[in-house]
Amino acid sequence: MNREVQLDLHRRMVRIRLFEEAAGKLAEAARLPGFLHLYVGQEAVAAGVCANLNDDDPITSTHRGHGHLVAKGGDFNRMMAELMAKSTGYCKGKGGSMHISDMDLGMLGANGIVGAGSPIAVGAAFAAKYRGRGQVAVAFFGDGATNIGAFHEAANMACALHLPIVFACENNEYGEFTPRSKTMAINDVVERAAGYGMPGVIVDGMDVVAVYEVAAEAVGRARRGEGPSFIEAKTYRFYNHHGIQNLGLKYRSDEEVADWKARDPITILEQQMIDSGSATAADFEEVWSELRADIEAAIEFADASPVPEADQLMADVYTVSDHAAVAS
Amino acid sequence: MTDRKLSYGHAFREAVFQEMSANPDVFVAGEDVGAFGGVFHTFDGLQKEFGEDRVVDTPISEQAIIGLGLGAAVSGLRPIVDLMFMDFICVAMDQIVNQVAKIKYMFGGAATVPLTITTTGGAGVSASAQHSQSLEAILCHIPGLKVVYPSNAYDMKGLMTACIREDNPTVMVKHKRLFGSSTLVPEEPYTVPLGKAATVRAGTDVTVVTYGRMVTEALSAADTLAAEGIECEVIDPRTLQPFDIDTVVESVRRTNRVVIVHEAVRFGGLGAEIAAQIQEIAFDYLDAPIGRVAAPFSPVPYSPVLEQLYIPDSQRIADGIRETVARPLLGI
Repeated sequence: MNREVQLDLHRRMVRIRLFEEAAGKLAEAARLPGFLHLYVGQEAVAAGVCANLNDDDPITSTHRGHGHLVAKGGDFNRMMAELMAKSTGYCKGKGGSMHISDMDLGMLGANGIVGAGSPIAVGAAFAAKYRGRGQVAVAFFGDGATNIGAFHEAANMACALHLPIVFACENNEYGEFTPRSKTMAINDVVERAAGYGMPGVIVDGMDVVAVYEVAAEAVGRARRGEGPSFIEAKTYRFYNHHGIQNLGLKYRSDEEVADWKARDPITILEQQMIDSGSATAADFEEVWSELRADIEAAIEFADASPVPEADQLMADVYTVSDHAAVAS
Repeated sequence: MTDRKLSYGHAFREAVFQEMSANPDVFVAGEDVGAFGGVFHTFDGLQKEFGEDRVVDTPISEQAIIGLGLGAAVSGLRPIVDLMFMDFICVAMDQIVNQVAKIKYMFGGAATVPLTITTTGGAGVSASAQHSQSLEAILCHIPGLKVVYPSNAYDMKGLMTACIREDNPTVMVKHKRLFGSSTLVPEEPYTVPLGKAATVRAGTDVTVVTYGRMVTEALSAADTLAAEGIECEVIDPRTLQPFDIDTVVESVRRTNRVVIVHEAVRFGGLGAEIAAQIQEIAFDYLDAPIGRVAAPFSPVPYSPVLEQLYIPDSQRIADGIRETVARPLLGI
């Protein structure tokens, strides 16, 4: 694999990791209001898929959505400000972690409702096909979302209408706190793809190069007008369903968590590149320290930013336009 | 171009046809809207005219139909998505309430949703409890949505045109028993502004606020009452959200009495909100408690006999108005 692509994948993953670690610490210090679902451990999926996308390729995300926005090129300052509920945030402090979005990057929002992003991605894919601009939509969702109706409606409709879309399932083995094995009677989520008539593939979600390659295939199919694909990335969230400590809840064995953490996607890529001689530990340290500085700057930016003005409470409920106001 | 008689259903279709002709970003998607033309024939011939890419037959998947509209709308298209019966909004409630209505606000204003959701409500054809409801109050309760409910063909065309051109998500509710009703409708495109009520009959003794098919019934009641010396002013809000309370209050200040009529059940219906607003703004002008004529708190029955008891009619509306008008002023 091309070294530049690998370094790009690495950078995307490190950006996600650092953002999430910083957000987790801020939450623990009670400096973020609201819920916080961290993407740590799953970085290879967002990075590997989004590295195949252009800015105008739309994606929909999940409640665990920061990673998707970072991977799409999201701005740390505006992201951190949003989490801190500041007016300079992506959503002016009105959406927060669960609704973080960037329309200019085609990031059609994290989503507080499990499975709800997929139908929206279908609409974005419909628009792409309708206009013939060659865009591809990606719906990110978890294993748990494939148990909800919206996902199935979206998958079926996308295939029926032959839309340019990739269904990217991040199977992290837990729906909130319940193991996947208790909530579905199949071992591989990808089995569901065949029922809708789209090809599906399983990939090691801790191996970013592998994710990148299967995503390249799926995105390429969609871009060539060959219809939807399904990717099941086997991955794991290193922290809990929300936050880091998660109130001390215990629902996974220490061994299981340790086994997965031993397969840290960033470490795997760094080791691959060091082994092949395409990068050194010092190269990576440079990236980490540069991006750490970006995060520190983002926290400072967010800290210094103002909270929303009171008039923002009622702003943006509706678009103010005068089309319809013109009576004949 | 001239005015000519056009039915409510054809007025809807004409608005869609003209807007699709004028704007390539407008498309239609929904169950049976294509080759079949919609179960109420409101989309007749559109697919033949505009092709399968712009008039899209979808699976029976209400959540995905709304999601299709939302995703396309935030991508810059101007979708019209149809939910065959209003009862089916319940199947798609997450997409409508949690996604469509809120995406703009949640994104700090960065998303624009020029989406029109069309559906058909109301009772009166023995379609029973899951195909006859009037659920507009639920939709009006959701910030971010606009809701229109035309009572006649002229308003239908103008409101539908306004909805398609509107940069916010709108829900257009048609009443299934009005499809055959006709008025004079201009051939050229025009809009009826959203949020603007119409005074459909002027009167001095009592203000009757009603919408949808109940406008016809209320006007019939008003004719009956005129013969008894009671002059009703009938106001059709046309748009239910945003609600034109100003026009209502202006009337109440002259008539001092109000009756609100709707086909939806009484408890928690729009009448409750309208009554609350009237007393907040114009309490001192009221000479009687605000009356309500509405459906009882039951599902819509199948039996034509029971359904007739369920739906308010001109006689029951007239009775309600008589009661409000007869209420004496006390203690003055």
